Amino acid sequence: MGEKINGNNKSLLRFTTAGSVDDGKSTLIGRLLYDSKSIFEDQMDHIVESSKRLGKEGIDLSLLTDGLRAEREQGITIDVAYRYFATPARKFIISDTPGHIQYTRNMVTGASTADLAVILIDARKGVLEQTLRHSYIATLLDIRHIVFCINKMDMVNYSEEVFLNIKHELTALDEKLKIENVHYIPISAKFGDNVVEPSEKMKWYEGRTFLRLIETIDIKKIKNSSESRFPVQTIIRPLSDEYHDYRGYAGRIAGGTFRKGDSVTVLPSMLRSRISGIDVMGKFLSEASAGDSVSITLEDQIDISRGDLIVRNDELPQSGQDINLMICWFNEKPLKAGGRYLARFNTNEVECVIKTVNYRMNIDTLERDFENITINMNDIANINIKTSKPVFFDPYKKNNITGSLIFIDAGTKETVAAGMIMDQ
Amino acid sequence: MKINNEHLKELEDEAIFVMREVAAQFEKKVILFSGGKDSIVLVHLAKKAFWPAKMPFSLMHIDTGHNFEETLTFRDNLARALGVELIVRLVQDSIDQGRVAEETGINASRNKAQSVTLLDAFDELRLDVAIGGGRRDEEKARAKERFFSYRNEFGQWDPKNQRPELWNIFNGHKNFGEHFRVFPISNWTELDVWQYIMNENIILPDLYYTHRRKIFQRNGVYLAWAPFMQTKPSEMVFEADVRCRTIGDITCTGVTLSKAESLEEIVTEIAATRVTERGGRYDDKRSEAAMEDRKKEGYF
Repeated sequence: MGEKINGNNKSLLRFTTAGSVDDGKSTLIGRLLYDSKSIFEDQMDHIVESSKRLGKEGIDLSLLTDGLRAEREQGITIDVAYRYFATPARKFIISDTPGHIQYTRNMVTGASTADLAVILIDARKGVLEQTLRHSYIATLLDIRHIVFCINKMDMVNYSEEVFLNIKHELTALDEKLKIENVHYIPISAKFGDNVVEPSEKMKWYEGRTFLRLIETIDIKKIKNSSESRFPVQTIIRPLSDEYHDYRGYAGRIAGGTFRKGDSVTVLPSMLRSRISGIDVMGKFLSEASAGDSVSITLEDQIDISRGDLIVRNDELPQSGQDINLMICWFNEKPLKAGGRYLARFNTNEVECVIKTVNYRMNIDTLERDFENITINMNDIANINIKTSKPVFFDPYKKNNITGSLIFIDAGTKETVAAGMIMDQ
Repeated sequence: MKINNEHLKELEDEAIFVMREVAAQFEKKVILFSGGKDSIVLVHLAKKAFWPAKMPFSLMHIDTGHNFEETLTFRDNLARALGVELIVRLVQDSIDQGRVAEETGINASRNKAQSVTLLDAFDELRLDVAIGGGRRDEEKARAKERFFSYRNEFGQWDPKNQRPELWNIFNGHKNFGEHFRVFPISNWTELDVWQYIMNENIILPDLYYTHRRKIFQRNGVYLAWAPFMQTKPSEMVFEADVRCRTIGDITCTGVTLSKAESLEEIVTEIAATRVTERGGRYDDKRSEAAMEDRKKEGYF
């Protein structure tokens, strides 16, 4: 790809890690931060001091990632924590999530914004139930790259055979889950082998080290780059003398590219117009693409409000009131068939009713339960909803912004579920 | 010098999106403004998000009374230039009304007392959201924060029971009396902030650049000296070339020895530094969970 490794044009990669207490996840993150010089002296002093106070042997790098008092006391990760580090090539945002089944909702949350998922495997134990679970969540959230780190290679004598056996087992899993881009790296997070520097002990491994891989992997946001989608967030009307007629539709482009002069359709009204300008604080652009926060002005005065969707005429999304989707349930109160919730599609909000619960996914076996299903906290299920009025959407696999939604309890106002729209 | 970083553009797009969500989902909105660089960046982003209209936020300063004089002048000028309302609420008033007791002793600070003044302001002005410049890289409790951080009717943060936040969908629904704190630059690091300030030519108070000042050392941190601060006999007050890495209450904001005169020099200095910016914040040194505890009580 010829990516440039210099201070200029540094890109951003978001990755998620899921792991349990003993698989070395915190050590791997600690190692990345430490070796990339992202742990500062005062933080290090602090870790050394806390390690001593808690009676740990040596320095416990997980103390760096566990931010809440309860987490440090119990030695577990409860909630998603975000970590930052940068190399000359890239800036990284890690969403560090707990790996136990009772924290599925946190894993789903951390995975929702990730470009890449890191799944740790203990070389002594091989592929476990939790490997399946973490891989499934990564594919459910449509993360395009999965990196399996076969960790603790130091405890299996850096054996190539052990690595190849695990890799073989994983290949079968990848096929089953239809994972597109998979990478396998033998590492020892504890000693740093193949994390930042190539391992002296595993000369048989010819691939990139973990850091080198995440620095160079191609993360072009292919996913949402095809069809033009502009969900309107708010309307900008200055009503000042200088900009008396300015009426801008503010939003962040969710897919495709818009150009000045494009013929566009506004949903749900189906009214048409042409783009007269695209600007960011007075700087006018000839075009803007997925990810850009801009204001768009149209040639005609038409009625547009928050939640409307602007698209190019030839790229209409799907529309309807009956939608099939996968959900992850977040709330202590179980999902009720027939229950009513608010559904938030990006900036658009409607009421909806749960029509049917089709199956519950057993994420440890990847089997579907069809009988006597209740959907409890952390469950993943396939359901059908009906919305109070027609909505506009894409399948999640095509666009993770126009294809995703959250459910809100109208009474408590809590976010009770996340949904990913299936092919209809 | 301009740093053409894709990642800064993405962070800006994200922050502008969050600002516009706040505008759309809330009614009585303020930006918490301290005169520090993070709140100055917030104001810049808000300008950008709503141009050519005026930003739909007021600026609110919770004033401990222990300020660097320069930041107050800067604050007043900025609000005037933007044409937005400036709300100032004084910690001194909360103390006079007996709402909070003044700390005493050598390490006395009004930092913690700000929470009371802030929550009283929420009640008085019926605010339903305050936008803050908190960043997740600052501190380990902050690393757990949401963009849209829900506060119950007592203004408290419950870190164990936060709303899940997925994709870029932000749920700002709340019941009467509850409110939100929103942190648009959650994903920025200190270096990102400085590079952005340089790229956008954002004007900062002079305190951020090198200047001569009377300082003294306490527990390994250089503190700016002010007449109302008590020093121990062993703490020598002397003059040095310093600059601020963060600006907050003068009693707990550390200064760095530095000769950096320009943004370029500051960016270079920050990129090479081996101590976090909060390493100089005396308020965080009180205990391992100092920030977590303050946040649970309603702190920024």
